[in-house]
Amino acid sequence: MSRRLKISVFRHNPRDPQSVPRLVDYELDEQPGMTLFIALNAIRDTQAPDLNFDFVCRAGVCGACAMVVDGRPGLACRTLTNTLPDAFSLYPLPVFRLVADLSVDTGRWMRELAERLQTWVHLEAEPELDRLEARMEPALAEGVYELDRCIECGCCIAACATAQMREGFVGAVGLNKIARFRLDPADTRADADFYELIGSDEGIFGCMSLLACNDLCPKELPLQTQLAWLRRKMAGQGIRWLRRR
Amino acid sequence: MRIEYTDVLVVGGGLAGLRTAVGAARRGLRVEVLSLVPAKRSHSVAAQGGMQASLGNAFKGMGDNEDVHFGDTVRGSDWGCDQLVARMFAHMAPKAVRELAAWGVPWNRVQRGAHEVVINGERVTLTERDEAHGLITARDFGGTRKWRTCYTADGTGHTMLYALGDRTVAEGVPVRDRSEAMALIHDDGRCQGAVVRDLESGELYAILAAATVIATGGFGRIWGISTNALINEGMGAAIALETGVARLANMEAVQFHPTAIVPAGILVTEGCRGDGGLLRDADGHRFMPDYEPEKAELASRDVVSRRMAEHMRRGKGVKSAVGEHLWLDITVLGAAHIDRKLREVKDICRHFLGIDPAREWIPVRPTQHYSMGGIRTDHRGESRSLRGLFAVGEAACWDLHGFNRLGGNSLAETVVAGMLVGEYVADFVESQAGALEFSPGLAREFVGRERAALESIAARPAPAPGGDSAASLRREMEATMTEHVGLFRNESGLRSAVARLADLQARARRIGIASRHLDANPELVAAYRLPRMLALALCAAQGALERRESRGAHAREDYPARNDRDWLRRTLAWWPTGGATPVLEYEPITVENMELPPGFRGYGTRNIVEHPATALREAEVEAIRARLEGEGRARLQAALLDFRGCLPERYRGDNDRLADIEEGAQR
Repeated sequence: MSRRLKISVFRHNPRDPQSVPRLVDYELDEQPGMTLFIALNAIRDTQAPDLNFDFVCRAGVCGACAMVVDGRPGLACRTLTNTLPDAFSLYPLPVFRLVADLSVDTGRWMRELAERLQTWVHLEAEPELDRLEARMEPALAEGVYELDRCIECGCCIAACATAQMREGFVGAVGLNKIARFRLDPADTRADADFYELIGSDEGIFGCMSLLACNDLCPKELPLQTQLAWLRRKMAGQGIRWLRRR
Repeated sequence: MRIEYTDVLVVGGGLAGLRTAVGAARRGLRVEVLSLVPAKRSHSVAAQGGMQASLGNAFKGMGDNEDVHFGDTVRGSDWGCDQLVARMFAHMAPKAVRELAAWGVPWNRVQRGAHEVVINGERVTLTERDEAHGLITARDFGGTRKWRTCYTADGTGHTMLYALGDRTVAEGVPVRDRSEAMALIHDDGRCQGAVVRDLESGELYAILAAATVIATGGFGRIWGISTNALINEGMGAAIALETGVARLANMEAVQFHPTAIVPAGILVTEGCRGDGGLLRDADGHRFMPDYEPEKAELASRDVVSRRMAEHMRRGKGVKSAVGEHLWLDITVLGAAHIDRKLREVKDICRHFLGIDPAREWIPVRPTQHYSMGGIRTDHRGESRSLRGLFAVGEAACWDLHGFNRLGGNSLAETVVAGMLVGEYVADFVESQAGALEFSPGLAREFVGRERAALESIAARPAPAPGGDSAASLRREMEATMTEHVGLFRNESGLRSAVARLADLQARARRIGIASRHLDANPELVAAYRLPRMLALALCAAQGALERRESRGAHAREDYPARNDRDWLRRTLAWWPTGGATPVLEYEPITVENMELPPGFRGYGTRNIVEHPATALREAEVEAIRARLEGEGRARLQAALLDFRGCLPERYRGDNDRLADIEEGAQR
């Protein structure tokens, strides 16, 4: 016997002065192997044609569909409904600007983060494309890849207490990027440069080590280790400066 | 009404669009990028297995070079590609990989010494050279004679798109996400920019540009089940078609990937088979060697997909509640390999199938994957009939892939073509030919037309219960394409598909919406995109109906031979303004200047009707080879097909390889 699901979906159109933020209940029969991607599209097809949500890859790799599922941020596309109770809620991610319903603007947030933290390889010189590439230890390349796997879905921000309280906090997504470029031998920046970017309460010192980011990261990035390591390195850098003064 | 001005407008924020934008911006031009989604969520991100470039660093890549890559690409295309373009591409691919390495792609590297791999179902020990340690390594992919596919585990598209996305930020190139190009503004054979819709506010405005570049990817979503992302609805190609001037080419050339999971249709990479994974049937039997003794699982994708379908037709498929399938077995690779090199595959299996691929087989079947066709361009990426319109990547028919693309050549195409087209676009804008007096009146006219179209959709009666809606008609389109314009095709199926699609299109132009607001509204979006998707579907179905031969991925049951005599030509589709169907024309692919004259691919069925010029060209090529014997491959190559003059000057240099450097040192 298939279950009858009751999904309470947050609905609001911030551009419509008549619109009031509210929860709307939709009911549908659960199918075998049903994901929230399938369920939400079924609701849109038959009950709520203008329901806004964002799916792109529907395979858990693009990060577009993060939302708060039954109280926890996660990727909707790969969430099976059989892991959820008969009745549950869907909310848009907090912190990010609401587009409508379950859709939020992560694009501009991530772009501003990239500009602020300068999340690109700072090169010494233009690469010579005809020459052999610079060598890299295989294990180091894999280490950089490990940190490069972030999909900017925003789950870590939605789960972060500091991010809710302090506008401008770069969060695990930002700090992990700094850790990634710090590890990259091609990047010419040193800890003193990284300190300029994250040596503040908007950066690494704003983190309260609650580590929901680590627990909820859909790509299972080693955020706990990276944040701890970065804090230690940046604190060391700060102390060096204090001593020099 | 808002009108903006820029030098270059790029439509599409995936790899091809971003690399083009970065190239043009580095030349000092003002560039704007439009993207339906945040750029890093573009479908490029889903590419897993890697990109081909003939670096020749890995032991099994030794001896590789541009010539081998070129030959594999031409054979893969079933001689449908433009060999000039394939040459330019093979030359550029190593440069593209090296540029991306510098920009932060953490390519997997060669580890010196012995390591175990699986080849043809057996464990084999390979020993990597000391001198190659730390250089970029490669894995095996289908249809290639060397291990040439450079990769970062199975997240290659991700690392490439993130490196390029970050580079776009570094260069200060703005990206407007949640923005859709609704129409190309054009007059007298000259493209002048696009009408843009802000998908959030619903605002319509114009961006006038000296050059407009379409980089919107493929159109896989006109099929019911596709590996493509949901945004791959082909809107770039569709608005080019709506100009009535630009041509789309080879829209019937559609790739079906052998291994998408059942039923979700999510891709698992060809790297699974490249690394040694096997295909098995209902009896657990490894069947590919029965059909393809030499290449087995690693023949080109069109061939493997057809063999799988053939095998299922013989009753060897696995019957399941969600449809028939075969098995992909990567248990032979071991958990350690899967954890390091195929972790996205492992994640997909875990989340969407609930299995561990290190211990269980993966249910797979051939699924729509890639559009070889697209906006027809010359080797510079510019439309041949609409000046100032460029296209790049999967949205274009440049034509690197002909009738079948090799795995690993699409990621490579995105960045290679982006590097080149960025330069050609800049050359164009800086030249006399690119000079353009912007016409705000024209912009207002085009924006007005789009506004009227949207308002008329909103004014129509809402869909009646059980009546036509965008969702219901779309399902019918998908079913029609899946049933009749799939892996195997025939006259009667294609005829009924064309008739059905034409009927759907007439009905699609009458559908209304229940939610009448013009800002963020997926129902409105579905309603205006559907007729455009149907136009592309008609081009594909009609092109397939008319092409009475089998070539690459286009397999006609009623015309099984590759007919070079009559069909060595590209299908060009265009849509006369106000017309009800596309008009097809043909562009010859000339044998007379081929570096590699048509022949047998070395895999698949050998069934060819020869072109009369083939024997002659073969003799010519042989004579040139004999005359230049011993003078080095560069001189020979130049005598066969001179491509370097077509490249931007900065990219004409030879590619260094370890082998050449060592040879030089010995001398």
